Amino acid sequence: MASSLALEDEVKENRLKWLIVIASFAILMTVSGCKKKETPPPPPPPPPPAPTASLSANPSAIERGQSTTLSWQTQNATDVTLEGIGGVEPSGSRQVTPADSTTYRLTAKGPGGTKDATARVTVTVPPPPVQAGPSDEQLFAQNIRDAYFDYDKYDVRPDAQQALQADAQFLAQHPSIRFTIEGHCDERGSTEYNLGLGDNRASAAKNFLVQNGVSADRIKTISYGKEKPFCTESNETCWQQNRRAHLVYQK
Amino acid sequence: MKVYNIVQRYLSMKRLFAVLLASSLCASAAAAQQDWIRTGTGLGVEKVRLAAADFKPTTTEPPAPELLKVFNDTLFADLENAGIFDMVSKSFYPLQVPGTPAEMNLGAWSNPPPNASMVAFGNLGAAAGQVSVQGWLFDVKNAQSPQVLGKQYREAATTENARLIAHRFANEIIFRLGGGIQGVAESKIFFISDRSGHKEVWEMDYDGANQKQVTRLGEISLSPRVSPDGSRVAFSAIGSGGSNILMWSLELNRLVTFPRFGGTNASPAWSPDGKLIAFSSSRSGDPELYVADSASGAGLKRLTNYRGTDISPCFNPKSGAQIAFVSGRTGLPQIYVMDADGANLQRMTDGGYAVSPAWSPNGQFLLFAWFRKYGPGEPGAQDIYIMDVASKQWVQLTTGAGRNDFPSWSPDGRHIVFQSNRSGSDQIWTMLADGTNLHQLTTQGRNTMPNWSFR
Repeated sequence: MASSLALEDEVKENRLKWLIVIASFAILMTVSGCKKKETPPPPPPPPPPAPTASLSANPSAIERGQSTTLSWQTQNATDVTLEGIGGVEPSGSRQVTPADSTTYRLTAKGPGGTKDATARVTVTVPPPPVQAGPSDEQLFAQNIRDAYFDYDKYDVRPDAQQALQADAQFLAQHPSIRFTIEGHCDERGSTEYNLGLGDNRASAAKNFLVQNGVSADRIKTISYGKEKPFCTESNETCWQQNRRAHLVYQK
Repeated sequence: MKVYNIVQRYLSMKRLFAVLLASSLCASAAAAQQDWIRTGTGLGVEKVRLAAADFKPTTTEPPAPELLKVFNDTLFADLENAGIFDMVSKSFYPLQVPGTPAEMNLGAWSNPPPNASMVAFGNLGAAAGQVSVQGWLFDVKNAQSPQVLGKQYREAATTENARLIAHRFANEIIFRLGGGIQGVAESKIFFISDRSGHKEVWEMDYDGANQKQVTRLGEISLSPRVSPDGSRVAFSAIGSGGSNILMWSLELNRLVTFPRFGGTNASPAWSPDGKLIAFSSSRSGDPELYVADSASGAGLKRLTNYRGTDISPCFNPKSGAQIAFVSGRTGLPQIYVMDADGANLQRMTDGGYAVSPAWSPNGQFLLFAWFRKYGPGEPGAQDIYIMDVASKQWVQLTTGAGRNDFPSWSPDGRHIVFQSNRSGSDQIWTMLADGTNLHQLTTQGRNTMPNWSFR
């Protein structure tokens, strides 16, 4: 019977096994922090804050050649760039002179992410300088033609009609121009009668222009009879020069 | 003058063309080539044979000699120009000239060589700043009572006054011997002169003395017409706003208010009672004739209504009931006559270019300027014509080349003042109403548009 002893050994071995298991178990429990009491697990640590960014331009509208100042502010950003310029400090300002209208973009990067901000600068092109072109008065002198009349007549004859029609077109293109029509006569004939004839000539020219679309309130008339001749020779060439309706720009 | 000679040949007696009396008859006498009229007396009045002796000095110290010369020259010129005297030439005067009636020897004057009917004589002296003149008019053919006039004058001793006294004495003689019509020796002529640089209204004595500037507007002034009472001159001026009728007060020596009517306003004319002004205005778009109250310009009334210039009105100064004027309604300007309200239109000229009508003081004749052969290429001159209103018969008064225009009657109807460029530039001339006795009154600058005062 070796067996009782073996049996006793077996039991002793089993008891030892169980002791080791329990001890290990206890050590394990202790080591693994598992307390004997029950507690909630600790919260995860917060993520890093997102960056903020703002960008403005003052003034926001300029003429080409002028400058404007960009101003920005960021937070929680470690890498701030301004498009077209490059890396900039987190908050600051910079003067820029865009040639055309531009939308500036600020990009702020940080551990928390990326944020953009924009500002629009409108650039207008100034009008060209005025001295480059002729004034209304100069254009008038260059383009307007007088109407000439036959002896003792105030009918608007064909060449005068052409001249006045061309005048009417010019005046339609320059609607702000106002003017006076002077009636003139040649030196023959009587002072008083020629005042009347000059008046009739100025009126005839005015009426023709009005019929061709020129507003009557742009036109004044005055008769000078034979008192203000354009030439003084006693020949038909000069006399024809003086028989006219003369248009004068009114300042 | 050719016309004058023709007149003489056809008249049986020495009727005189130039003497116009209120009761003169107007008949047209058919002549070989031309119609012309007798503007004569109808009563066979001869020109009086008058001698005007140089007045004698009563003092010898200056300024007497200078004043005496001015007086004598003026008196003789006034009488010579009167148009009613046959002046005895000074070369026929007796050597002994009377200074007072006591010194007068009737026979020496009434007999040849002088053969005078009337003699004017007297004396002049200057003392204590005063000039004194005594003057007589003697009928040397009336030995019983020869004295016709005896006058005394005393004024401040200036040449101006020496001239004035001579004018007054001449007027007295003219009135006495000229059938009771006032002489014109003290009358004035208004005209336009550009000698100051601008056309302005000027004034002078009827003989061209004392030329002085009236207006100073710096514009283009035209057509002066003095009022019948002599207080104002109406005229037109072209300013920046056009031509307007302006009124100048000779008493206040400045412009007085008159309305602006719009358009071209020109050629004012006074009614003989001085209450109305007729003028041309293009306020309606075409130059037409209007009348208005002369003091205020109110009561504007339109007289014509026809396309074409209507201008240069002139009232009949005797009746005030008619107006002569110029109209271009048929083309070239013609003379028309109408009633003062615009009715009864009558055309007076039959062609050519006729302007500037002037109605005679007796209401019977129209003077005007006429270019009978007119138009481009036509030769011919513009002359002064006289027309009998009733018969429309006319006589040409000026001849020769040049342009004659703007005739105006003297108040006695014996003289005409007009504008002529026969001397090379526009100047003022006078002549008798028969076209004789021309005198040039102006020389400086250009002088135009004369108007003889009403007295």
